[in-house]
Amino acid sequence: MSLAFIVLLPFLGAVLPALMIRAGRNACAIATGAVTLLALALLLGHAPAVMKGEVLWYGFDWVPSLGLNIHFFLDGLGFLFASLILGIGLLIIVYARFYLAKEDPMGNFYTYLLLFQGAMVGIVLSDNILLLLIFWELTSLSSFLLIGFWGHLPEGRQGARMALAVTGGGGLSLIAGMLILGNIAGSYDLTEILARTDVIQASPLYLPALVLILGGCFAKSAQFPFQFWLPHAMAAPTPVSAYLHSATMVKAGLFLMARLWPVLAGTDAWFYLVATTGLVTMVVGAGIALFKDDLKGLLAFSTVSHLGLVTMLLGLGSPMAAVAAVFHVINHATFKAALFMNAGIIDHEAGTRDIKRLGGLLFLMPVTATMAMVAAASMAGIPPLNGFLSKEMMLEEAGHTVWFGQGWVFPVVATVAAIFSVAYSFRYIVHVFFGPKRDDYPGAPHDPPAGLWLPPALLVGLVVAIGLFPETLVGPLVRVVATAVIGGPPPEFHLSLWHGFTPALFMSVAAVVIGLLALAGYRRVRAVWAAGPHPDAKAMFDCLLASVVAASQWITHGLHNGSLQRYLAMMLGAAVVLGAGAFFGGPHLPGTRALQPVPLAVWVVWLLLLAACLGTVMLHRHRLLAVLVVGVAGLVVSVGFIYLSAPDLAMTQISVEVGTVILILLALYFLPKHTPVESRDPRRWRDAVLASLVGLGVGGLSWAMMTRDFETLSGFYLEQSVPGGGGTNVVNVILVDFRGFDTFGEIIVLGVAALAIFALLDGAVRGDAGRRLSAWRPEFALTADRHPMMMVIATRVMLPLALIVGAYIFLRGHNMPGGGFIAGLVVSIALIMQYMASGFGWAAQRMRIDYHAFIGAGVLIAAATGIFSMSLGYPFLTSAFDHVHLPIVGEFEIASAMSFDTGVFLAVVGAVMLALANLSRLGRRAGQAPVSESPMDIDPSTGRRRSRDRNRDRVIKGS
Amino acid sequence: MEFIVASAIGVMMAAGVYLVLRARTFPVVLGLSLMTYAVNVFLFATGRLAVNLPPVISAEATGYTDPLPQALVLTAIVISFGMTAVIVVMALRSYLESGTDHVDLDHATHAGDVASSDNPARATATGTDRERATGGGNRS
Repeated sequence: MSLAFIVLLPFLGAVLPALMIRAGRNACAIATGAVTLLALALLLGHAPAVMKGEVLWYGFDWVPSLGLNIHFFLDGLGFLFASLILGIGLLIIVYARFYLAKEDPMGNFYTYLLLFQGAMVGIVLSDNILLLLIFWELTSLSSFLLIGFWGHLPEGRQGARMALAVTGGGGLSLIAGMLILGNIAGSYDLTEILARTDVIQASPLYLPALVLILGGCFAKSAQFPFQFWLPHAMAAPTPVSAYLHSATMVKAGLFLMARLWPVLAGTDAWFYLVATTGLVTMVVGAGIALFKDDLKGLLAFSTVSHLGLVTMLLGLGSPMAAVAAVFHVINHATFKAALFMNAGIIDHEAGTRDIKRLGGLLFLMPVTATMAMVAAASMAGIPPLNGFLSKEMMLEEAGHTVWFGQGWVFPVVATVAAIFSVAYSFRYIVHVFFGPKRDDYPGAPHDPPAGLWLPPALLVGLVVAIGLFPETLVGPLVRVVATAVIGGPPPEFHLSLWHGFTPALFMSVAAVVIGLLALAGYRRVRAVWAAGPHPDAKAMFDCLLASVVAASQWITHGLHNGSLQRYLAMMLGAAVVLGAGAFFGGPHLPGTRALQPVPLAVWVVWLLLLAACLGTVMLHRHRLLAVLVVGVAGLVVSVGFIYLSAPDLAMTQISVEVGTVILILLALYFLPKHTPVESRDPRRWRDAVLASLVGLGVGGLSWAMMTRDFETLSGFYLEQSVPGGGGTNVVNVILVDFRGFDTFGEIIVLGVAALAIFALLDGAVRGDAGRRLSAWRPEFALTADRHPMMMVIATRVMLPLALIVGAYIFLRGHNMPGGGFIAGLVVSIALIMQYMASGFGWAAQRMRIDYHAFIGAGVLIAAATGIFSMSLGYPFLTSAFDHVHLPIVGEFEIASAMSFDTGVFLAVVGAVMLALANLSRLGRRAGQAPVSESPMDIDPSTGRRRSRDRNRDRVIKGS
Repeated sequence: MEFIVASAIGVMMAAGVYLVLRARTFPVVLGLSLMTYAVNVFLFATGRLAVNLPPVISAEATGYTDPLPQALVLTAIVISFGMTAVIVVMALRSYLESGTDHVDLDHATHAGDVASSDNPARATATGTDRERATGGGNRS
């Protein structure tokens, strides 16, 4: 349990800094430090067990079907990295408290830092590789926040973006590789995978998995050719550089290579890929570091070089090299973090970290200088410091490595890298601290407060102590970690300063001598360097990125140019291509279902439908005509439903048809009455071909479906309709009972649609739309009868009849064709006819109905019906008929279903009326037409026309 | 009978698609209506075709057609009414807002038949302005 807690603590604690910053910067730092300290204490509590060689495990299943589980384990390797992450993290938290300026948002900083810390600890303790991948991505994200912490600096933003692009891209490669690896091993748990070396190395997928995993590791650990992002990430505040880019994040790649060493290492592919990359990175990084004038730039390339060193050692594949790699990870973390913090102190106090503007700081900042000299000497590999020890081991291993049959390549290149390493390390010492004092420092250099120098001093102490007493201090730890890396007992070794006169010693001495000579003649060396070519990695990266962006923009703008017509054509075209591909891709048999006979009348109706469709297409420029012709198609569909045994559908279709035509006509009142000719012939032919293909496809699909037999679950509904639902109209029983929850959803959708219409139209009276509406004048002659007497009389007479028909259809719905939907539509049409006959104003004054409330009431009633059955202990919307045993069961059952149907009815009426009434209300705004005070234009009592002018006068007086 | 229904579905679909591809909102609305008919009939036909077998339980009935697709299509018809209404009103509002009923607003800006082309909100809304504006030229 405490394993998961070590990972969880930083994540949970990440809230603290954001809250504690209100209590001051010290409280904030203390809270952050306490979180890390607690996690570290928990981890160290496991130290005795780990040092005995035990492997601790904790976990539970998360998504076992995907192999994704919360499994953690702690062995030597995980322990080493976790203690580096938490230990150095603690020092960084102290350091950052004094480093950050007052105006920096410290709460944010510590929150990001803890998130990052949690993600890193998660990587090193994960047993499940999918879980590991999640933490891996989290480190990329949280490091993005940290690198870009100074978001006001363009370098900070660019650096953060580049780091995210490279490590995130590497993360994708890693995901692919890990999935392949887990697939080969048959498990995503590391403890399982590590036991299956033979299976994995024998698999044909070993090489792809290896390449993909290494891609992720190399990108994360800034290995050649991904080394370029690390120096640009130096735009981060120094505590971040010291933490992420020396001790932790860049070592995640190394960690993973070490973690998977038992299964991946030992093959030729591993050796040539990993060792060669490491070697190249080591020498290239060291070479560039010598010529960097920015202290952090120098350290960044030095880090690249040292990461290359460890990579190379892991790549060699021999157990002794793995021991050296582990040892160097410890040593590098100590001296490099100390140096980064040191560079931060110089930057902080002297006001610059440009080597050219520094020098002579030795007596101005004696404490800082001492620490820098010790740490840099360790980086150079000078005895008796810890850097010397692991560098000797590296040279020893490189010394007897044969590369493509050549025994000299590794020793020589490694020595060259060591020469550069000595030169840049001493450059850090000599060019910064020695030489004459200057009087043009941007700041006033002096030693910093203890809070800034104590954390690096602690690390420097370790540098010396490990150098002097390696076997005592870290020998057991290195053994335990090496055991974990190798996956078996490590070779015999003894960490000590003196190994006798070995070849490695001579290589070391040569490196120191030549390195110091190079520094002595730095001007000439630099001139040679300056004369050579300097490929700018950032420019190449930017160029690559620009070309990728240009390519994706070319594709996006080609497909997505803002023209909805083009999108639709593409979507339909794609559907046709996919459908055709599927159709022609397989064999076909004709359907075997017996066909229904076709009476002559059906052919006639069919011809009518064809004519209506064709007519709509031909006449669509004359919009009024086109609406009427579409209506014909709708009526034919209704007739078809009647003929094909679907009376409910026919009734619904016909009433919806009326509503739709009214709606479109109301809208057409404002819209242009004709569609201009815009498309050229080729475009029209293209659309016609596309439309024909889609029609052919859909028609063919329908034909294929209808000529085949099928299985249906409707037998259940037919059998249960009467005994279970208490109604003989099975369609209605399905709607209000069996599938009542679907219907409940549908009426909510309908209500939401009506509210959307209301919102759209309500806003149309303001802004541009409102102005256009006020200025709108009919472009056609209006009829002299705005409210014709015949229509007014007819609708008045129809109203009670229509309401009765609605009630009748509603009541009988459960047993005969009808029901809430149809009744709602019929009643709505009856009501809307009143608006049409006598105008909105007149009708609205007489029908004071809140249609919003209708919709709400409908949904609530339907919901209440369902909840009522819940209150009796049955599932939502259970029909009461099923379960409540009353003497007169039938009646009770009808009440239950009818209550639900009432909800449907009200929602439909509310929705339809809200939509149509608001549309007709717009007419009142347009041209400010006066409200009719009377139901019709003719006064039947006098037989004379009412004067429009008089009406208008009245309105003006009234307003 | 199956041929009649299948060909009707296909023809309604084809006419609908052709209209949906037009440049003005009104034919698009009509096209959507036709497509709705086609889809509803298609869904209905998944229960296969039957004459004189309505799914109303009675003693005289010789059999019943499949009621389930009918229930689905019934709600589909009502919902598609809601959908048509929303689209019609959107078409109306966009016509009132922009002064044109072209489906592509930036086309309207380009054509210059909109008074609000100097509106800064519009200018930023179109984003990658230049490519869009020039791209609009070869559209009909």
